[in-house]
Amino acid sequence: MARILAVDDSVSMRGMVAFTLRGAGHEVTEAEDGQLALDAARGSTFDLVLADVNMPVMDGIAMVRELRTMAQYQGVPILMLTTESHTDKKMEGKAAGATGWLVKPFDPDQLLATVKRVLG
Amino acid sequence: MASVGVAQFHQVFFDESLEGLDAMESSLLALDEGGDSELVNTIFRAAHSIKGGSATFGFPEMAAFTHEAESLLDELRDGRRAIDGAIVELLLRTVDCLRGMFARAQSGQPLNSAEAESLREQMAAALGRKIEPKAAPSRRAGDHADAWRIDFCPHEGMLAGGNDPLRLFRELAALGEMQVQPLLDRLPPLAALKPAACHLGWVLELRGQVTRDQVAAVFDWVEDECELTIEPLHVVADEPAPAAAVPAGKPPAAATVHSAESGSVRVSIDKIDGLIDLVGELVITQSMLDQFREEFDSAKLALLQQGLTQLARHTRELQESVMGVRMLPIGSVFNRFPRLVRDLTQKLGKQVKLELVGEQTELDKTVLEKIGDPLVHLVRNAIDHGLEMPDRRRAAGKSDTGSLRLEAFHRGGNIVVEVSDDGAGLNREAIVAKALQRGLIASGDQLSDEQVAELIFQPGFSTAAVATDLSGRGVGMDVVRRNVSDLGGAVAIRSRPGHGTVFTITLPLTLAIIDGLTAAVGSEHYIVPLVSIIESVQAKPEAVHRVTGGGELFRFRDEYLPVLRLHQLFGCTGAQAVIEEGLLIVVEGDGARAALLVDGLIGQQQAVVKSLEANYRRVGGISGATILADGSVALIVDVAGLIRLQSRSKAA
Repeated sequence: MARILAVDDSVSMRGMVAFTLRGAGHEVTEAEDGQLALDAARGSTFDLVLADVNMPVMDGIAMVRELRTMAQYQGVPILMLTTESHTDKKMEGKAAGATGWLVKPFDPDQLLATVKRVLG
Repeated sequence: MASVGVAQFHQVFFDESLEGLDAMESSLLALDEGGDSELVNTIFRAAHSIKGGSATFGFPEMAAFTHEAESLLDELRDGRRAIDGAIVELLLRTVDCLRGMFARAQSGQPLNSAEAESLREQMAAALGRKIEPKAAPSRRAGDHADAWRIDFCPHEGMLAGGNDPLRLFRELAALGEMQVQPLLDRLPPLAALKPAACHLGWVLELRGQVTRDQVAAVFDWVEDECELTIEPLHVVADEPAPAAAVPAGKPPAAATVHSAESGSVRVSIDKIDGLIDLVGELVITQSMLDQFREEFDSAKLALLQQGLTQLARHTRELQESVMGVRMLPIGSVFNRFPRLVRDLTQKLGKQVKLELVGEQTELDKTVLEKIGDPLVHLVRNAIDHGLEMPDRRRAAGKSDTGSLRLEAFHRGGNIVVEVSDDGAGLNREAIVAKALQRGLIASGDQLSDEQVAELIFQPGFSTAAVATDLSGRGVGMDVVRRNVSDLGGAVAIRSRPGHGTVFTITLPLTLAIIDGLTAAVGSEHYIVPLVSIIESVQAKPEAVHRVTGGGELFRFRDEYLPVLRLHQLFGCTGAQAVIEEGLLIVVEGDGARAALLVDGLIGQQQAVVKSLEANYRRVGGISGATILADGSVALIVDVAGLIRLQSRSKAA
């Protein structure tokens, strides 16, 4: 069981991600944009962060960049949820400090497989 | 199975996508009027979310369609393409098309339509390419081998980015048999060793039936953070392709049939907190009253009365707050009008400035859902018939741009929605001529302006010389009035020639509770809605006239009103049959008046409306039922329906 922060402005996507992860026994905190995710990350520690790229207020790329400046988020896996049409976004995310990505659309099994990949 | 769990997010996805489409539409309209670039970002985000969601929740056609729109928006966002009217128009039609797709998705129908195909092609053409089926990935020599050598040298910062070599090795080891050889040449002296940096490199040998893609996939996240070579140790010549493990296209998710109306309502946290507060106070009052159960004497009477007063106040407040849960701002209905007005004015070559006022005014959800169509009709009428062409406006000394105003506000216990324009006003001559032609009035009739205005509410009345496709065919102001009166409301019209027309729709705050007057008829009680009552009078013998054919008329001021005997209409026994001995309630519904004969009045009360249709069946002249303080059931009179029923039976 891991503590996971799920960040997405879409209620349905975030709901699906959180539901799937909770079903697998993880403890999930939800945030609806990068700024709120940072607020949550400051007050707590997470074993994994899953973040959408396109979000209002603060997007996923800027959020990763901020997270990586925080001492307790060095080495913590951060995965970007991105769409296949935006390969450049994957690299932009990587450059900002993301660990990897999960390409949308994904089904619950793919999500769990990817999470297992980083958490072991 | 997991996908069963995912289905529960379909409705959430539909709701948020429809909201996203609304945001897209209003942003596109604002962009059309020269808005800023942040609008493009908002539009892009909405399209992007819909694309991601539709692919995730099993609507690939929608995802493919939205993908084209997203690519177009991406070019707008990057400034590679200028925003012009044609693009806005194309995107607006895309929004409409997506709404159609969502409607079909909700009812479990196939999503694609000829329109969607044509729009997709237009978008692709705008992007300067054709839609082509995806080519199968070509095969390279050396993709297959039964052993691989992998040279892997991570950059120092790889660990900080969350990628652990151990994880990569674990994944590789799962593919086949693996040997790992560390490379220590980059290892610095202990003093220079950074504990969080990666100083090691590895040479790995992997044996097994593994493709190059499988090996590369393990390293997909770290390609930019390491030096990596993957070389086959033994090349396998021309191995047949493995059977496709993944089916080409997943079957669509089992059709989950949703009714068109979701049957849910979003309530703000503030409202819910308010409710919880009130319930808390109610509990306190209850426990205060509870202490009188143990012992009570006359000294405590004042306290008891105080407690009961408090209980009454809290109950009333709680009732109002609970009603408020069903209340939603009218803005969600108003929002569709900028688009409608834009499309109509473009089509007709008119210039109209739309003004929306009071969007925060809250209405009962049911009322809100049903008020849209009547409003659309009034707005169409105003643009089609009311507002003039620019040259005619100029000739009349008005500005080229006409003004159309939608306003919602509270008045008394009602919500008022006004649709006003500064157009030509009602054309009295045309209306009278039409009414004569239709036989609605006789040629000698002297009509007041009010009576002329009333004529447009007659069934089938339309003054447009040629029926345009805008105001719709067969649907007239009579339907608008009918719809509004079904909601317990009324429509009035005010017009000044050359200055414009104002339609005023008055609606009840809620459909769940009405203020009514309880009347006795024999042993039965009936509730007459207060809004429809003009006066209650004791009839003098000389005021009642019997006419041939069995009808009775009551002279009320200068009018003769038909007398409706409730005891006859509803078959009550033991009721007062002599008009002069009973009481006449003068009522009005749908612009028609009548006098209801009852035995007497019991009192005024708030009635919680229970549907008769849901529990029994629809009954003419009755709008519902309620439970009285003594536990008995009383029926609520539908005044407009009753008058219609009576005039129809007389005509027959």
